[in-house]
Amino acid sequence: MPNFNELKKRIVESQLWRSIFRHDYPDTPRNRVLQIMANVWLHLHPPKIRRHAIKIRFTWCMGGVTFLMFLVTVVTGVILMFYYRPVAEYAYADMKYLQYDVPFGMIMRNMHRWAAHGMVITVWLHMFRVFMTGSYKAPREFNWVVGVVLLTITLLLSFTGYLLPWDQLSIWAVTVGTNMARATPLLGSEGPFAQVVGVTPRYDARAFLLGGTLVGPPALLRFYVLHCIFLPILISLLMIVHFWRIRKDGGISGPL
Amino acid sequence: MAEAKENTTSKPTAQSAGAHEPAVTDRVHVWPYLVRNEFICSIIVMVILTVWSITIDAPLEESANPTQTPNPSKAPWYFLGLQEMLVYFDPWFAGVVLPSLIIVGLMIIPYVDINPKGNGYYTFRERPFAITMFLFGFFFMWISLIITGVFFRGPGWNLFWPWETWNPHLVIALTNVDLSAWGPLRWMGNPKIFGVEVIGFVLIAFYYSTAFVFYYLKRDISDAIRQLGPVRYGIVAFLFLTMMSLPIKVFLRLAFNIKNVWVTPWFNI
Repeated sequence: MPNFNELKKRIVESQLWRSIFRHDYPDTPRNRVLQIMANVWLHLHPPKIRRHAIKIRFTWCMGGVTFLMFLVTVVTGVILMFYYRPVAEYAYADMKYLQYDVPFGMIMRNMHRWAAHGMVITVWLHMFRVFMTGSYKAPREFNWVVGVVLLTITLLLSFTGYLLPWDQLSIWAVTVGTNMARATPLLGSEGPFAQVVGVTPRYDARAFLLGGTLVGPPALLRFYVLHCIFLPILISLLMIVHFWRIRKDGGISGPL
Repeated sequence: MAEAKENTTSKPTAQSAGAHEPAVTDRVHVWPYLVRNEFICSIIVMVILTVWSITIDAPLEESANPTQTPNPSKAPWYFLGLQEMLVYFDPWFAGVVLPSLIIVGLMIIPYVDINPKGNGYYTFRERPFAITMFLFGFFFMWISLIITGVFFRGPGWNLFWPWETWNPHLVIALTNVDLSAWGPLRWMGNPKIFGVEVIGFVLIAFYYSTAFVFYYLKRDISDAIRQLGPVRYGIVAFLFLTMMSLPIKVFLRLAFNIKNVWVTPWFNI
């Protein structure tokens, strides 16, 4: 053991090592700042941060874990899209194909689904933490509003994805969920004042959502497009705003 | 690495927001102190997610069949709170109005909570009302409704204990009645004396008018209400009373079998 430092020194100072690595990494304040500022991914962070903000018991890491869950669903989701066709005749067969024939298909599907469910939980916990620390207070009011929209989109993403396996679980869950749209006041065929507006089951809020009067092939295509294109773009744009506002509002919240 | 540790001294202490101390001096480098945490946290989460995904398969039932409705048909678990509210309110209220109010209500929290204390640290004592409301709405109502929907609802959306076997032929008498037909009010009977449904409207108007009474009684005593002002107070009171309408309706249903309080040709509450 006493020779460990000496051994390290011999290796680091050997001709071979120095020919590859040129010089040591000097752990200076300047280099620490440059690690953040000069890195396209890390420069989301400020170079310095308040001491309490790195404590797990303050942030629970929940915002970051939510973002990680989102990235997992993006990566696994793109892989699933290679094998899945949003057509009523093929969708369920493609699920079976994914599960039994595609290499690593089952684990990609599992990770996508569990990460999506995990994201719903972590985004709630993140909101809970932000509320309990009062972090929505001035000057961060608007970022809380953006966060509530992000929470809603997360639920919508999860809900639109729920239909895609095209099995009994999905169509009936989506039937139950979208039946509520039928009761929208003024815009739903069974909602209050429907007769006044003159909406019918074929032309009301629910039919607009489903592209028909029941959860059929047009609904599958609509939910697929919403799930894979519209909502991901929307949530990405708002996440950019959300992260940017954290920096602009003075970084992570803390005691004044 | 050890000698590079930050040589800052005091930790920031929680102080009341009246003190304006602008610059925070106690800062540490993000590299390595935060990036290290994020890295470890990501690895732990990814390991858990991977092991979970290897061991537990995502569900896939039989192919979609529009002619065969499963009983019960449940929404995804995160929407079961809404589906559970459908038991107590009509769909237009439980499925459309209440969810919209939840979202809008969450959004306006920062604009009606004008208490400057408790910004950026955990405290209950400095903001008891805000935290009590949030815990009540989030845990007691939202989470407990989801748990009820996931674990305690069986065929016909009847209540079952998790260890009970689901009996799809269970007969449950539908004894729920609207308030206007409820026992103690039935003496008005048919033909209606002055439109028995008016009772419901009067009760709901009375329920919401308590906010006005409370405002004028407390305005001169309570600093919090005076600072809040009539508009913000009105929004808070409306959202609070609307939120409390759910447990009240649950209680009326379970204790007195009352279905709707106010019945009109267009909507029921």
